[in-house]
Amino acid sequence: MRTTTVSERLAANRFELDEEESHIHVDQELCRSTGTGRAIIAVCPAGVYSERDGEILVDYAACLECGTCRAVAAPGALTWHYPRGGFGVTFREG
Amino acid sequence: MTDAVEPDFDVIVVGAGPAGSVTAYRLAQQGLSVVLIERGEAPGAKNLSGGVLYGRVLDQVFPGFADEAPVERRITRHVTTFLTADSAVSLDYSSQRLAEPVNAVTVLRARFDPWLASKAEEAGVFLMAGVRVDALLTEQGPDGAPRVVGVRAGDDELRARVVVAADGVNSFLARDLGLRRTEPTNHLAVGVKTVLRLPRTAIEDRFGLTGDQGAAHAVVGDCTLGIGGGGFLYTNAESLSLGVVLRLDDLVRSGHTAIEVFEHFLEHPGLAPYVRDAEVLEYGSHLVAEGGADMVGTVATHGLVVVGEAAGLTINSGLTVRGMDLAIGSAIAAADAIVEAVAAGDVTATGLAGYRRRLEESFVLQDMATYARAPKFLERTGMYGAYGELAADVFHGVFGLDTTPRRHLLAVARQALKRSPVTVRQLMSDGWAGVRAL
Repeated sequence: MRTTTVSERLAANRFELDEEESHIHVDQELCRSTGTGRAIIAVCPAGVYSERDGEILVDYAACLECGTCRAVAAPGALTWHYPRGGFGVTFREG
Repeated sequence: MTDAVEPDFDVIVVGAGPAGSVTAYRLAQQGLSVVLIERGEAPGAKNLSGGVLYGRVLDQVFPGFADEAPVERRITRHVTTFLTADSAVSLDYSSQRLAEPVNAVTVLRARFDPWLASKAEEAGVFLMAGVRVDALLTEQGPDGAPRVVGVRAGDDELRARVVVAADGVNSFLARDLGLRRTEPTNHLAVGVKTVLRLPRTAIEDRFGLTGDQGAAHAVVGDCTLGIGGGGFLYTNAESLSLGVVLRLDDLVRSGHTAIEVFEHFLEHPGLAPYVRDAEVLEYGSHLVAEGGADMVGTVATHGLVVVGEAAGLTINSGLTVRGMDLAIGSAIAAADAIVEAVAAGDVTATGLAGYRRRLEESFVLQDMATYARAPKFLERTGMYGAYGELAADVFHGVFGLDTTPRRHLLAVARQALKRSPVTVRQLMSDGWAGVRAL
């Protein structure tokens, strides 16, 4: 198999982007102080989270909706719910 | 009850996975009015699993389902492999007894779940897809305790006598009511999966299969860089499902990212012969409940029952990884208990208590109890690193004829053990724990 990057693999998926609202919100201060930033970057299989100059950036469009970030986040550091009906990833294999 | 608003349906089921669709189907079949709400644009659109369904319980609902449903292959071969950086030691079990009656099948959920939901629709269930349920509607009951009377989706409210939370491992509905707590991260794992396109003939050649036979490979060791969890490789009709499952506490501690571990697995030399020339069709992930019996909390309260993964019903015994069969088992128990409760006019926690009793009488909670020690056992670090190395060393001692004089197997094993960080004491202790846990 040819080596693939995460963005190449994600490109095989179908996503319906909700341009009006993100389903993920980060409390930067709490993310820093609780180590949540580091943890959500580590566990996210889609690479939704990254860090630049101490800020956690969120590429919510690529979210696979597994909820793993939510499971490792300190209380209040991350607000994560499912995208609105009709938006987000659509699995064609599953 | 006289001043209560008349419900729109007898039952609202939230989530059209196996748990939700089977619950809805059985309720409709027994004459109740049911709406099945799914946030994906179609059932299955948001659902992902490793891919093996132990199907005998589904056979009880839809006899001979494997002949009719869009299943991929019938699993007649189970391979468990300890992988090191340069060796693989496997336990390879194949049997025609697994084919007739069919024991397990691989499924792709975007194809399988719509079929299950269509069976529910044929039985009279009203399917509402593309709708995200935002919250439960609750009212204060006569005893002061909140009772669930319906759901809210955007500006819409729907009322029912009973709501079924079949909304998956993250179950926001069960959490809303405090039925599920925040799990410790050693009870959770992240599954990272890709589906690779591969011609039918290539699959049959590489996995030693003919016709609709299928193989399920479970891998532990170097595929996860020693992180608690494992890899899997399952054959579909014309694709492979493969991925890793990583325990969250160990993953965070390891300093690796889930993406790195997954890519390490994809590029592992042990995997290369199977995935050569395969093309990525899809990439997905799923949070997995691995806490076993410890995770199962309250499964029924006033006006609400929780089924499937939402109730924490998954088992990783080390050799088998199960979820969908437990989901279907819980669906059967839930539907029958709800029918009973509605008929008796008591949908309080007391009226719905038959659900838990049925779960306890069925294989669902009995298997959860049998494997209750498995999660703790599988946290033992030797399982993912040193044991694979040890086994590889023993076999190298047997097969690697390098012109040095041979020794008896016991001496080879003793020498391998001496080189290994594993102590005899640890081996005995883990061995005993394993026998008791699995």
